[in-house]
Amino acid sequence: MTASGRGAATLLVRPDCIYISGAVRPDSGTACEGRVAMNIELTSADQAFRDEVRTFLATSLPPDIKRRVENGLELGREDYASWHRILHEKGWVAPGWPVDHGGTGWTHMQRYLYDEETAAASAPRIMPFGVNMVGPVIFTFGNRAQKARYLPRILSGEDWWCQGYSEPGAGSDLANLRTRAVRDGDVYVVNGQKTWTTSAHWADHIFCLVRTDPEAAKPQQGISFLLIDMRSPGIEVKPIITIDGGHEVNDVFFEDVRVPVENLVGEENHGWTYAKFLLSFERAGIADVGRSKKQLAGLKRIAAAELSNGRPLSEDDRFREKIASLEIDLLALEYTELRALSRQTSGEEPGTEANILKIRGTEIQQRITELALEAVGTYANPYVPEALKDGWNEEPIGPEYAAGVAPRYFNWRKASIYGGSNEIQKGIVAKLVLEL
Amino acid sequence: MDLSYSEDHTLLSESIARFIQNDYDFETRSRIAGSDLGFDPAVWQQFADLGWLAIPFSEDEGGLGADPVSVMILMEQFGRGLVLEPYVPSILLGGRLIAATGGAEQRSRYLGDLISGKIQLAFGHGEPGGRYALAHVATRAEGGAGGFTLSGQKAVVHNAEAADFIIVSARSSGEVRAQDGISLFVVSRETPGLTVRPYRTVDGLRAAELVLEGVQVGEDALLGEEGGAYPAIEAVTDRAVAAVCSEAVGAMDLLRETTLEYLKTRQQFGRTLGAFQVLQHRAVDMLIACEEARSLALMATLSLDRTAPERRRAVSAAKAHVGNAGRKVGQEAVQLHGGMGVTDELKVGHYFKRLTMIDTFFGDAAHHLDRFAGNA
Repeated sequence: MTASGRGAATLLVRPDCIYISGAVRPDSGTACEGRVAMNIELTSADQAFRDEVRTFLATSLPPDIKRRVENGLELGREDYASWHRILHEKGWVAPGWPVDHGGTGWTHMQRYLYDEETAAASAPRIMPFGVNMVGPVIFTFGNRAQKARYLPRILSGEDWWCQGYSEPGAGSDLANLRTRAVRDGDVYVVNGQKTWTTSAHWADHIFCLVRTDPEAAKPQQGISFLLIDMRSPGIEVKPIITIDGGHEVNDVFFEDVRVPVENLVGEENHGWTYAKFLLSFERAGIADVGRSKKQLAGLKRIAAAELSNGRPLSEDDRFREKIASLEIDLLALEYTELRALSRQTSGEEPGTEANILKIRGTEIQQRITELALEAVGTYANPYVPEALKDGWNEEPIGPEYAAGVAPRYFNWRKASIYGGSNEIQKGIVAKLVLEL
Repeated sequence: MDLSYSEDHTLLSESIARFIQNDYDFETRSRIAGSDLGFDPAVWQQFADLGWLAIPFSEDEGGLGADPVSVMILMEQFGRGLVLEPYVPSILLGGRLIAATGGAEQRSRYLGDLISGKIQLAFGHGEPGGRYALAHVATRAEGGAGGFTLSGQKAVVHNAEAADFIIVSARSSGEVRAQDGISLFVVSRETPGLTVRPYRTVDGLRAAELVLEGVQVGEDALLGEEGGAYPAIEAVTDRAVAAVCSEAVGAMDLLRETTLEYLKTRQQFGRTLGAFQVLQHRAVDMLIACEEARSLALMATLSLDRTAPERRRAVSAAKAHVGNAGRKVGQEAVQLHGGMGVTDELKVGHYFKRLTMIDTFFGDAAHHLDRFAGNA
């Protein structure tokens, strides 16, 4: 494999320093058949896949939902549900699932392209609690009856799920949870409180971490993973209104809620294992590069429309540099994710890059909302929640794009807190990667 | 898309890493830095013998026809070893300029000797007051009977004293910052009228100020078309900038690893520094900076053969990011080493200085941020 004999410089090869050219040789191909090492071009198969996704999105994404996503308006339960049903019909609702459970069998690259295209087309997210969270726990650790009962209804969208993890005393320190489940014959009796429960007010079921053995030696032991019907007597959902004025999250109270023992996933007191599995399962797309690209494009449109000293804000050197700097960081994030993707494609186990992608991904999302806030200037002030609801027909106050900007900025502070705060993520990287 | 190394890439990377490990430890490097020449001709000859000087040249040019990723790999390892030998000025600038603009006769006259290690080159381009504007050329080229007369000054020309030939940019027409009107000339360092004022740089390299007073060169000194050199200068410097970004990635990685090792061994208050959360998070921030710099250096490298706007945008994104990341990682490495970090004895400060000077190589972070924004 040396370069000699190809009209190249004559090489004297030292035994401890064998030189290999590293050239991509079109005549002989590279080490792997049909593979051109190190390139950023999509293969024709991936291009064809991307075109297929684009065509599907162009014809199947309902225009009114697309418009609401594009304009930053609120989405209702039915918006999410109808898009979920459309994807289910197409067979694309759970790309991460094994094929025999209803997954797509896509490659890592195809999943990446799919995420990018759906974001670019302004499709809503799929609510993650069923498809990306409890679903994988059930098909990995659940029994046959649980799989048969829950998985098809997660895929079809008939069942909505929410996540019962955090508690008032168990945030970053999740293992400190106190919600109690006491065995009483064929049921567990559950008492306690969950909090920050996204879409609990829309959900049919909640998957809960509960304490079944308070005497266990370590807090991580003695926790179990329970599936609970939200219509069970004794459950009360109370909204938590966030600083943007929105209602996404809730407190969920449990008072003598009776849960059949067949709703226990896996073994009693082994719930922490399943909880950790769940946290590690959904790595793909954690950086949300596609959505940030879309948001950045929106920010550029705002900056082009806003005036500063009589000229477009986008031509203001200072603001232009802020956007450029953000855009470079987004490129760095994108290529860091693509590098991770390549490693996975060549069979390496995913490492802790997900933690880094979460940290940087959310920081970038927040900076985009911050620059949009700066861009709209004083029209960040008017607070007219009705303007963000579909069907509001009054004259906008200020530019139309300004209405959602401040709420989005305030709402998005959640991103560096949820899913393990960014400080917790750094702690994990320090421990697992740096071994500090 | 595939961002993993081929087998050839991996072998190249390993072979250069072995060279650094066996033949270029920090002590050796310090000895070479203190020598009169500032690099080791025997090491340079070794590079030639191993084919490393041939990597960025096509087979037509007498090279190996290797891809830009091979240059990236080489430079990353050179960054890890803080290699002093003038690969960038001699090969990536001087050699590539001749390859990109020279006629067949010029290429055969210089490139063979360059690749075999016989001659050294340099690129005299930047000028006092020009800052990072690539088209800023005030040096004049007056055409006359049988050749040209060059007059002007060149600033911080790396490897000028050791160079047998210096590629000098000069203007035969147009305003000082116009892209049109710039030509390139091969000037022997011994040419009368050329004064070379050499000095050491803070990062242990060698550079010089050049003064050209009525320097006479023949017609055969002109590379390419008179007045039309700018696009080649931009393309060649973009390639060199991408390569230097990879050098920075190697240097940053080495600094980060060295700092991490220190955090794990240095004891204060009865425990290792790495047990303190405030330092753990800073170590993670360094890791993120290194990983992102690596991602963008790779992006830039893979964009070099795309369209000029794509290339500009990618290279400037990488250089802007690397400038900031290099400063951050360098400063943090010194800070986390405490008092030891500011001593000449530790390698930390030497890597920090190299990273700091890399930021000034053909445009700092602010310059490239602006160039990126202009190509959005």
